[in-house]
Amino acid sequence: MSPHPSPLLRVRGVSKRYGQQWAVQEASFDLWPGEVLAIVGESGSGKTTLLNALAARLQPDGGEVHFLARDGQPQNVHTMSQAQQRLLARTDWGFVTQHAADGLRMDVSAGANVCERLMGLGQRHYGELRSQAEAWLRRVEIDPIRIDDAPRTFSGGMRQRLQIARNLVTQPRLVFMDEPTSGLDVSVQARLLDLLRQLTREMQLAVVIVTHDLAVARLLAHRMVVMQGGRVVETGLTDQVLDDPQHPYTQLLVSSVLQP
Amino acid sequence: MNANTPLANATPILAIERVSKRFTMHQQHGAVLQVFDRVDLQVDAGECVVLDGPSGMGKSTLLKLIYANYRASSGDIWVRRQDGERVNLSDADPRELVALRRYTIGYVSQFLRVIPRVSTLDVVAEPLDEDAGGNLAARADAREKAGHWLARLRIPERLWSLPPATFSGGEQQRVNIARSLIKARPLLLLDEPTASLDAANTRTVIELILEARSNGTAVLGIFHDPAVADAVATRRIPVAGFREASSDQAARPHPTTQRVPA
Repeated sequence: MSPHPSPLLRVRGVSKRYGQQWAVQEASFDLWPGEVLAIVGESGSGKTTLLNALAARLQPDGGEVHFLARDGQPQNVHTMSQAQQRLLARTDWGFVTQHAADGLRMDVSAGANVCERLMGLGQRHYGELRSQAEAWLRRVEIDPIRIDDAPRTFSGGMRQRLQIARNLVTQPRLVFMDEPTSGLDVSVQARLLDLLRQLTREMQLAVVIVTHDLAVARLLAHRMVVMQGGRVVETGLTDQVLDDPQHPYTQLLVSSVLQP
Repeated sequence: MNANTPLANATPILAIERVSKRFTMHQQHGAVLQVFDRVDLQVDAGECVVLDGPSGMGKSTLLKLIYANYRASSGDIWVRRQDGERVNLSDADPRELVALRRYTIGYVSQFLRVIPRVSTLDVVAEPLDEDAGGNLAARADAREKAGHWLARLRIPERLWSLPPATFSGGEQQRVNIARSLIKARPLLLLDEPTASLDAANTRTVIELILEARSNGTAVLGIFHDPAVADAVATRRIPVAGFREASSDQAARPHPTTQRVPA
């Protein structure tokens, strides 16, 4: 029934320890092409550590993560060469950080921020790069008139949208997001969520999004993973986990949310 | 639909077998709420089965189980996919459930869950947009179909570009119905779709349900208005029987055997 016989990302028994403390213990799941998966849990539950391990930004102490490369072969993201990891991170993957300043070059122009990955892949034609940058700025609702301005002069919401454009310009198949909407005003958050929702559907992106905000998970994710104390305590369809939570911790999490 | 047609003799679209649902509330010292116990129910293509009974008996809960919004505590929920394959929701993986919602099970919930900033036309077109992906022609077609459904449900065109957040209860309900019916699926679950509709719109919804039935859709619904239930039902099931069954399983008649003449 599905054109994809294997998952895009296969996560098996991933664990990470800091000193004597386990930050993540035995996390396992599959992510399929076009699927949005939310990892939720409170601060210190290990969700960001897990995200960084998936994206090969840190080496786990146990377990394996395989990514389905474009040639159809699953590749272990932790045992491949650093050059391969860097290529993956610049082409097939994106990583959207919570603070846009960590994911952008704050002192170079917005256009250069968007085009950096394309230039890294060898595109040199100035006119073409510029028109691609303009198209992407429009797509993330930034007036292309700002193309030569540095993100330092942008608002928080604009910076975050620019970071998204910068990540999506190479048409990645998998994007990692670490609390992309926290720290933004509620109205700005709604606009960004709507944009993310549209882009993930139009581009059929697979996304792993870490958030402590259950409303964000409800709006964006097909599936959810709930973490507590470094362990995955519950998984399932997003609305299933939120409307019929089984684990005591998930029930606590869901019942603690204020409904406006 | 006549019981002798080949469709009625085929595997039912929906077959619920000994399904129980209880909620264990860990925040309330593990209190257990048993909603129903070992329920059986079948719905065939072209049938409209109506669940009758007072509120609080678990009618909506049953629909939510079939939509996999809730998880059954035990028992099997078999759904026949459009390719003829039967899937048991109780052991289907999440990806299979997503596919079932996309292609097999339509659901009109009691309330529209509003998505901020998204226009009414886009809200209704969304089920088709999911299949369209980046195909612009398919997306334009989805918008055209959405307009057709909104017009049929009497949502004035000047509202189509607005998000439904500020709409009246009845308007939101009609948007919800349009969104669920825009894509024909073999099984349709209806949770009080006419609860806040006026007479004219109620008549339209009755027509739509009868159309779905005649197209072979299996319908399972809850209607607060007995006149609507009378107009659409091919069979009615008193849900009170579900609870009684749990306390006195052997002595009670099987809920699915209690048929009301159509």
